[in-house]
Amino acid sequence: MPIHEKNLIRPENLSTHENLVIDGVDVSGDWSTFIKPRVVTDYNEGLQDEIAALPGGEYIHRCWQCGSCTNSCTVNALDPDFNPRHWIYLIRMGFEDELVRDKDLIWQCVSCNKCTYACPRDVVPEGVMKATAHWLELKGYTEKSPSTIFDEEFSSQVFRTGKIEDGRVMMGFFRKTGQSLLQPWLVEFVKKMLTGLPLGWMMKMGWATVFHPRTKGWARARAAIEEYAHEKELEHLAAVRGGHPEARFDPAK
Amino acid sequence: MDKKQAYKKVAYYPGCALEGSGHGYNKSTKAVGKKLGLELEEVKNWNCCGAMEVKNIDPKIQTYLSARVMNIAANEMGHDVVMAPCNGCYHNLKKAEYDLAHDESSREVTDRLSSKAGHGTYEAGQIETIHALDWIKDGIGEDELRRRVKGGLKGLKVANYYGCMYTRPRHIFPEKDQGPGSESTSKPHFMDDLLAAAGAENVDFALKTACCGGAHTLSDKDTSTKLVVNILKAAEEAGAEVIATECPTCHAGLEMHQVRAEKEFGIKTNVKMMYFTQLLGVALGLSPRKVGIPENASDGRAALRARAIA
Repeated sequence: MPIHEKNLIRPENLSTHENLVIDGVDVSGDWSTFIKPRVVTDYNEGLQDEIAALPGGEYIHRCWQCGSCTNSCTVNALDPDFNPRHWIYLIRMGFEDELVRDKDLIWQCVSCNKCTYACPRDVVPEGVMKATAHWLELKGYTEKSPSTIFDEEFSSQVFRTGKIEDGRVMMGFFRKTGQSLLQPWLVEFVKKMLTGLPLGWMMKMGWATVFHPRTKGWARARAAIEEYAHEKELEHLAAVRGGHPEARFDPAK
Repeated sequence: MDKKQAYKKVAYYPGCALEGSGHGYNKSTKAVGKKLGLELEEVKNWNCCGAMEVKNIDPKIQTYLSARVMNIAANEMGHDVVMAPCNGCYHNLKKAEYDLAHDESSREVTDRLSSKAGHGTYEAGQIETIHALDWIKDGIGEDELRRRVKGGLKGLKVANYYGCMYTRPRHIFPEKDQGPGSESTSKPHFMDDLLAAAGAENVDFALKTACCGGAHTLSDKDTSTKLVVNILKAAEEAGAEVIATECPTCHAGLEMHQVRAEKEFGIKTNVKMMYFTQLLGVALGLSPRKVGIPENASDGRAALRARAIA
């Protein structure tokens, strides 16, 4: 299936003429639209290395631009501007400014791994999307995305206790993103969840929000994980030139 | 050892979701195992596998989390097989197994974290990770299931939905795509096989391995709702009364966004979601209550009654 990527040519790079004569030949009509020539001088030579230094981005250098990732992409089917192949191209060419224009889209990768399944070069495009979203935050181009806020809420619960309790993750996420727990669809869903529950289970669930489920003797594992996570965060920050320390993940927060 | 023998008694890793929103899956998995004479011994003092989130902080922490679970099952409890019904847990254990076998730095991080946490480490090859589908498909098989089914599913029309994590990426599932008898990563069929043996009629459903948006079910709600509506509508158009699931994240995502699609966008769908173990349980003569069907947000008891099942 061909990929229609006309959307990649931005309007400001097109030049259209009503009446055009080139070398004495009248080309008015169908042949009147051109892509403007351009010279790029402000590329970031280190862009690929910065992405490759973040988890998931390691194999970006293998890409040969076949487009299997975009062709198989779940999110691309909903939004043609979500284009992993194009972003990998921009990163490899060092076109930082152009990449940053899509800063509010890249985090939307749903990690379905269809791209990784289809990729003939083991680029792991899913990982590259995650690394790029992480990079945008470390560079200060974007605020933390809802996805990152969720990942951090979830992970800090795992680091603290060894387990998660899904209601607690949800409440923590809603609190951090300033959303109401009383959205009508959510209230309706929770009602449907609760109607069939046996009393014993409801008591157990209520119990779990007071006495959080935890793995016994987890304190040493927690210390080991948090120490390692801290080291990695500093490494990532050092690999990204001009990174913002406040964009780091702090499990204590 | 032959699989029928090996899967008779396995270590059981339910994971966090099955103790929370996916309790119907937990209940029905245990009930079906008991009914079929398959024994489960829960992994002692297990921890979360990291689901789809911890890897975005650092993938090697996720490898360690899975390795700790496999170490307990293999080295502390002496099991050869660990069974995880949740696609997320199953996927992460498989991924850790692959990374520990192929990547030196994954081994180093796992060894370092294990030793600092004060427990033994896990080495690739010490245990086999299987899904609840493998457990019943290879531990019991369709022929025996067909013999044991009481009443059965009476031609109930089912769309089998496998989601993402059960088959992708291919390289972490070396036992799949190995010809007859093995699972396929492009057209999985283990759930279809089991439910057909239990008397269901599987509809032709193209979105078996489509994504429900589970990783962003709350953080990107509109995308997830669109993806879920695609799945629900495709199942209904194929004539399904029930979507059979085998992942608690998919299951909760389908239920949650079915409600949201109706409340927020006025898109109504009627298809019901049930865990495949709930359907097998009913086919084996267990009551819907016994396998937790009333506890699903999408309560499928009416669909079963309409066909005089259970």
